[in-house]
Amino acid sequence: MESPLLDIRDLRLEFRSYRGVVKALDGVSLAVDKAEILGLVGESGCGKTITGMSVLGLLPRQQARVTSGEVLFRGDDLLRKSEHEMQRIRGRLISMVFQDPLASLNPVFTVGDQITKVIREHKRVSKKAARDAMCRALSETGLPTHKTLLHSYPHQLSGGMRQRVCMAMAISCDSPLLIADEPTTALDVTIQMQILKLLLRLREELGVAQILVTHNVGVAAQTCDRIAVMYAGQVVEQGPTVAVMKEARHPYTMALYECLPQGKSAQELLTIPGSVPDLIDPPAGCRFHPRCRRVLDVCRDVRPPLVEVARGHRVACHWVAEQSGPVRIPPES
Amino acid sequence: MSLRLYLVRRLALMVFVLIGIVVVTFFIVRVVPSDPAQLYLGARSRAGQVEEVRRQLGLDRSLVVQFGGYVGDLLTGDWGESLRTRHSVLEDILHFLPASLELIISAMIVAIIVGVSLGALSAYRKGGLIDHGSRIVAIAGVSLPAFFLALLLQVIFFRVLGWFPVATQIDPVVAQTHPVTHVTGMLVVDAFITGNFVAFADALWHLVLPTLALAAYPAGLIMRMTRSAMLEALETDYIKMARAMGVRQRFIVLKYALKNSLAPVLTVIGLMFAYSLVGTFFVELIFAWPGLGTYATMSILSLDYPAIMGVTIVVAFMYVFANLIVDLLIAWLDPRVVLS
Ligand SMILES: Nc1ncnc2c1ncn2[C@@H]1O[C@H](COP(=O)(O)OP(=O)(O)O)[C@@H](O)[C@H]1O
Ligand SMILES: [Mg+2]
Repeated sequence: MESPLLDIRDLRLEFRSYRGVVKALDGVSLAVDKAEILGLVGESGCGKTITGMSVLGLLPRQQARVTSGEVLFRGDDLLRKSEHEMQRIRGRLISMVFQDPLASLNPVFTVGDQITKVIREHKRVSKKAARDAMCRALSETGLPTHKTLLHSYPHQLSGGMRQRVCMAMAISCDSPLLIADEPTTALDVTIQMQILKLLLRLREELGVAQILVTHNVGVAAQTCDRIAVMYAGQVVEQGPTVAVMKEARHPYTMALYECLPQGKSAQELLTIPGSVPDLIDPPAGCRFHPRCRRVLDVCRDVRPPLVEVARGHRVACHWVAEQSGPVRIPPES
Repeated sequence: MSLRLYLVRRLALMVFVLIGIVVVTFFIVRVVPSDPAQLYLGARSRAGQVEEVRRQLGLDRSLVVQFGGYVGDLLTGDWGESLRTRHSVLEDILHFLPASLELIISAMIVAIIVGVSLGALSAYRKGGLIDHGSRIVAIAGVSLPAFFLALLLQVIFFRVLGWFPVATQIDPVVAQTHPVTHVTGMLVVDAFITGNFVAFADALWHLVLPTLALAAYPAGLIMRMTRSAMLEALETDYIKMARAMGVRQRFIVLKYALKNSLAPVLTVIGLMFAYSLVGTFFVELIFAWPGLGTYATMSILSLDYPAIMGVTIVVAFMYVFANLIVDLLIAWLDPRVVLS
C-alpha cells in the first residue's frame, strides 16, 4: 500500500500559559492520502486549528511545545525541520487558509501583489512568469484575471471573492496539500456552497489533497472522503464519510448529529449537555466521560484506544468495544 | 470624496485655524501689562513722544479697528515692524527661518530613521539585545529635557572629547575663506548645491550636536510607537496567512507589518514635528544657532509683540501644514482610509 501524503502520528502538544500547562493535543493520529479530502470536525476548542497549525509549524515557539509524535509529509518528519526549511515548505508543499478571509489578506497591499509575492518567494521566476502563474491560480478558483481584480485591495472585494483569493494564493505554487480551516464559516450560506464546490474542484482538477476543518458536520459530510471527529484534543472516531455518518459509533459523534438542525425544527437546536473540559486539568481516562451517556466505570480511568470496528472505521470508546466485542477485519485484497 | 475636494476643504479649514490663532495671539499680547510704545522708545523718552508713537503704531484706536488693520496688513505681507530690531517682521522671520528649518529637518530625519528602524528591529527581535538596548535609549531620549541633553552633549563632545563644535552654524574662518552663496538660506544645503564642499563639511559638522539634542525626544517616541504598532500588526491574521504561505519572516516584518504600522507612527511624527518647532527654541539658544528660535526668545523677552505674533503665526502654519501632509500620507498608504 502506498504511504499517505500526510501522516500525523500520536501528536502531543502543550501550551505553557499563566494558568498552567494546557494539554491541547493528546495523541492525535491522522492520515491524508493523495487527492483525498479529510474532514476534521468537532466542537470549537477541541484542537482542530492547532492541529493544522502544528503541521505547518505556525504555532508560537515560546508557548507551544510538541512533546511527542511525528508529522510525516511524504515520509519526512516536519517536526524535525528548521524554521527556514519549514518556510520553504509552507505555501509550496502545504498551504493553509483561514476562517476570516478579510482578516487573512493584508489590507494595504493589492491582491495581485500579495499573490505574486507568494509565487516569487518559492520560485525564481520573472515578474511575467509569476503573473502568469497567478492568473492560472485565479482562474482555477473561478476569479477573473483582469487588472481591476489584481489592482484591488481586499476590502473592495466580496467575502466569497476574498476567500477565493486566499485559495488562489494557497494553490499558486501547486501545493499538493491544502489545510482549510473553517473556510466557509464567515460566509453567507449561498457563498459557502460555492466555496465547498471549489474545494471539490481543486481536488478533481488539480488533485489537491485537503484537510477541511469545520465544526459543521453537514459541511464535512457533503465534501469529504473521510471524516475524523475530535474531542478535547483527541481523535475519537475516524473513517470513511459514509461510515462515520451512517454508522457513527462514538457517543460523542452521535451527540454531534443530534445537534444538527433537522428539517423545519431548526429553532430547537439541541446541544450536548456539559461543556468542553478545561485542558489544563483534563478528565482522566476518556476525556468525554463526564458528558457521556454511555459512561462505564473503565472510562473514568483508562484511555480508550482507537479500535477498528469496520474497514478503515476506527473508534476510541470502551462502550463501543464492549458492544461489538473483538472484531475480525477480513484481510485486504 | 475626491482628493481635490478634500484638499480644498482641508485648506479652507486651515485658513480658519490660522484666523483663530491670529485672534488669540493678538488679544493675548494686548492683555499683557506692558506698553509697546514705551518699549519702542526705550527707557529715556519724553511724555509727548509716547503719545506720538502710540498714534503712529495705531495703539490709540479701538482693539477692533487695530485687529482689522492688523489682519489686512498680514494679508498684504506687512507683518509690522519689530519693536526690537526695527526691521520688518516678515523679513526678520524669512531671514531666521531657514537656519531653524535646517536644524528641525535634520533632527526629524535623524529621529525618523533612528526611531523607525530601531522600533522595527525591536519588534522583529522582541526581547533581544536591540530591543532592550533601544528601550534604554528611548527612555533616556524621552525623559531628558532637550536643554539638559544639549548641555550634556556639549560637555561630552566638546569639553571632554573635543570632537564637535558647539556654537553657530559655521566656523567664522571657513565662512571667510569659503563664503556660501545664499540660495535657500539653509547653510548645509546651499554649500552642497553650490559645490562648496569645505563649507559643507564644516556646516554639517556644526549641525551634529544641535541635531542630536533636538532629535532625542522625537526619536524615542517614534521608536516606541513603531515598536508597539509593529507588535500589534504582527499578531494579525494576515501576518499568520503570509507565514502560512511561506513568505520570509524578514519580508513579513519589514514590509507587511511595517506598512500597516505606519499610520500611528506618522501621526506621532506629525506631533514630533510640532514639538521640535518649539524644542528648537532652547537648542538654538544653547548652541547660539542663528534661527527663528533665538529670534523668538529675544522677542518674547523684550515683549516685542509684532515679532511674537509673526513667529506664532509661522509656527502655527507649519504645524497645520505638517498635519495636512501627515493625513495625506496616511490616506496614501492605507487604501481603506476615506478622506473626509
Ligand atoms: N496560544 C495558546 N495558549 C494556550 N492555549 C491555547 C493557545 N492556542 C490554543 N490554545 C488552546 O488549544 C485548544 C484548541 O484550540 P483550537 O485548535 O483553536 O480549537 P478549534 O480550532 O477546534 O476551535 C483550545 O482549548 C485553546 O484553549
Ligand atoms: Mg478553529
